[in-house]
Amino acid sequence: MAAKKFVVGCFDDEAVLFPAVKKVRAAGYKIHDVYTPFPVHGLDHAMGLRETSLHTAGFIYGITGTTTALSFMSWVFTTDWPMNIGGKPHFSLPAFIPITFELTVLFSAVGMVLTFCYLCQLAPFVKKHVFHPRQTDDKFVMAIEVTGKTGADELKNFLTAAGAHEVHEQTAETGWWLGRFDREDRLFNEQPAPLNA
Amino acid sequence: MHLKYESTLREPLVDGVKDYHKVTEDIIGPIEAKPGKLWYVGFFISLSLLAFGAFSVFWEVYFGIGVWNLNRTIGWGWDITNFVWWVGIGHAGTLISAILLLFRQGWRTGVNRAAEAMTIFAVMCAGQFPIFHMGRVWMAFFVLPYPNTRGPVWVNFNSPLLWDVFAISTYFTVSLLFWYSGLLPDFATVRDRAKTKLRKLLYGIASFGWTGSTKHWQRHEALSLVLAGLSTPLVLSVHTIVSFDFATSVIPGWHTTIFPPYFVAGAIFSGFAMVQTLLIITRKILHLEDYITIGHMEAMNKVIVLTGSIVGCAYLTELFMAWYGAVPYEFDTFYKYRAAGPLGWSYWIMMTCNVITPQVFWFRKMRRNIMVTFIMSIIVNIGMWFERFVIICTSLYRDYLPSSWSYYRPSWPEVGFYLGTFGLFFTCYFLFAKYFPVIAVAEIKHVLKTSGESFKNDMTKYEQESADKFAHDVAHAH
Repeated sequence: MAAKKFVVGCFDDEAVLFPAVKKVRAAGYKIHDVYTPFPVHGLDHAMGLRETSLHTAGFIYGITGTTTALSFMSWVFTTDWPMNIGGKPHFSLPAFIPITFELTVLFSAVGMVLTFCYLCQLAPFVKKHVFHPRQTDDKFVMAIEVTGKTGADELKNFLTAAGAHEVHEQTAETGWWLGRFDREDRLFNEQPAPLNA
Repeated sequence: MHLKYESTLREPLVDGVKDYHKVTEDIIGPIEAKPGKLWYVGFFISLSLLAFGAFSVFWEVYFGIGVWNLNRTIGWGWDITNFVWWVGIGHAGTLISAILLLFRQGWRTGVNRAAEAMTIFAVMCAGQFPIFHMGRVWMAFFVLPYPNTRGPVWVNFNSPLLWDVFAISTYFTVSLLFWYSGLLPDFATVRDRAKTKLRKLLYGIASFGWTGSTKHWQRHEALSLVLAGLSTPLVLSVHTIVSFDFATSVIPGWHTTIFPPYFVAGAIFSGFAMVQTLLIITRKILHLEDYITIGHMEAMNKVIVLTGSIVGCAYLTELFMAWYGAVPYEFDTFYKYRAAGPLGWSYWIMMTCNVITPQVFWFRKMRRNIMVTFIMSIIVNIGMWFERFVIICTSLYRDYLPSSWSYYRPSWPEVGFYLGTFGLFFTCYFLFAKYFPVIAVAEIKHVLKTSGESFKNDMTKYEQESADKFAHDVAHAH
């Protein structure tokens, strides 16, 4: 984890955000991330993110569940402890369907959620830097990393011209750490302290 | 790309002049405010019911299942009736959150969070009944297929009762995951606007460090869609399997092939009634009338009248088949001991509440009337409770041997247990309504600019332009 310097631009409306993302990318700046209060459809494409493969993972977990259930029940009833239940066949496939189905769904759902949490690095007690307290409320917040080649002031003017109503610089950790949100965070009603002024 | 246009003919999903921040204020506001007097009263009534339920269950576990009025003829009574009733109620939540998501029904956004919460609490209540019905409840883990020192003797994978174990536990787990993954962004919203340290700490933990990153949203959307896709057949399978508990047996009155669709329809019917009961009160107390509109309630009433009619058809089909099938035992069950006989009154309560009264919802005026909807929602839930009672008890109390014919009325621990699950359900629901965003904030914001009343006026400009131009603009947006 390293603290990096960012220029942060806040947008009020997704209709302003989209052209801004386009302009920023065309100008060659590297967008660290855009934080939105709700899923903005098409923003991932506009930012050039690739499609997620979470569906594929879900499918793989699902067939793992199918195989587990089918093979386990077959093994129990044909090999480990064959039981005569009303003279019915030991390998009674139709009667295995409900549990096979349930385990398919269970494995797929649990696996996908865990994978989702792993990929997004989400867990209880995980703390991440919040660039703007209203990025989960009504602001669309674009964070652009400041490198040696980026002129921070130039970038600020660029963002303002692209429609950002609030632009400032921040130094922030990029990854996550174990922490509490009630510590070392400025609360919503406090004024932002001057950052790296 | 999300379509920016929605016909002005469609009723808005969010009433009033709103922007994103206003939506947050409206829905998160009640979490930050002190609960009203009514909340405390309701909460403590629920808690006392829960305590009484716990005492009833203690009584049953301590003295054994004999304290219930079950007997050799009627082995399943209130307990399994209540189990099926609660599971059924849960189904509406998953229907709203999953099936309506796949069918792209926009109105689900206003009600899905509360409905899913209801699902989870209802399934929790349902699970208690089969567990304590076991009698020696400390051996409940015997239903799990674990390697044991008794052979190992495995559980019977061919038994519908075991299918139920898998179905209910899967259903609970998947519903919980679906619900909680949807809550993450909303918890983050509460966290980021928290003004007290404790709230910031707790919602910080609960939000898992959610920031709203675009990549995370992309995965979140994929996750929601796949979970919805998985929950859709799941919800149908759960009540199908519950109906197998009955349908795979050879008891006249249970042994019918229409049970799965009939049970699923009944489950959705009763579940929507419970959603109505809860939301009519919730929207009033939390002032969420703009988000849970009359339009939402009308849509749910349409589902109620549809599923109620399916259930009604199933009742008539059963009667027809009992006559047409020419099996004397089945004929007697339906015509002598269900529609008539000592428990016949329960059959007619069921018929009145489930088939006759919901017909008022064919009228738009009635569907949009809050008082009528509220009363109907209670009537439907009473009717659906009696449906399960009728299916279970009126099929059992007259068996093949007239000497063992019996009658059944519950003992106080059975009633107490049932009341206790109400306590559990409403305790959970009161806590949910106070501490959780009752409406999916992010989802409302997502549909706000197409379906919000104040944004609908801007749609006229799209309606004036040609369809070709609109299609072209949508295709080439961004």
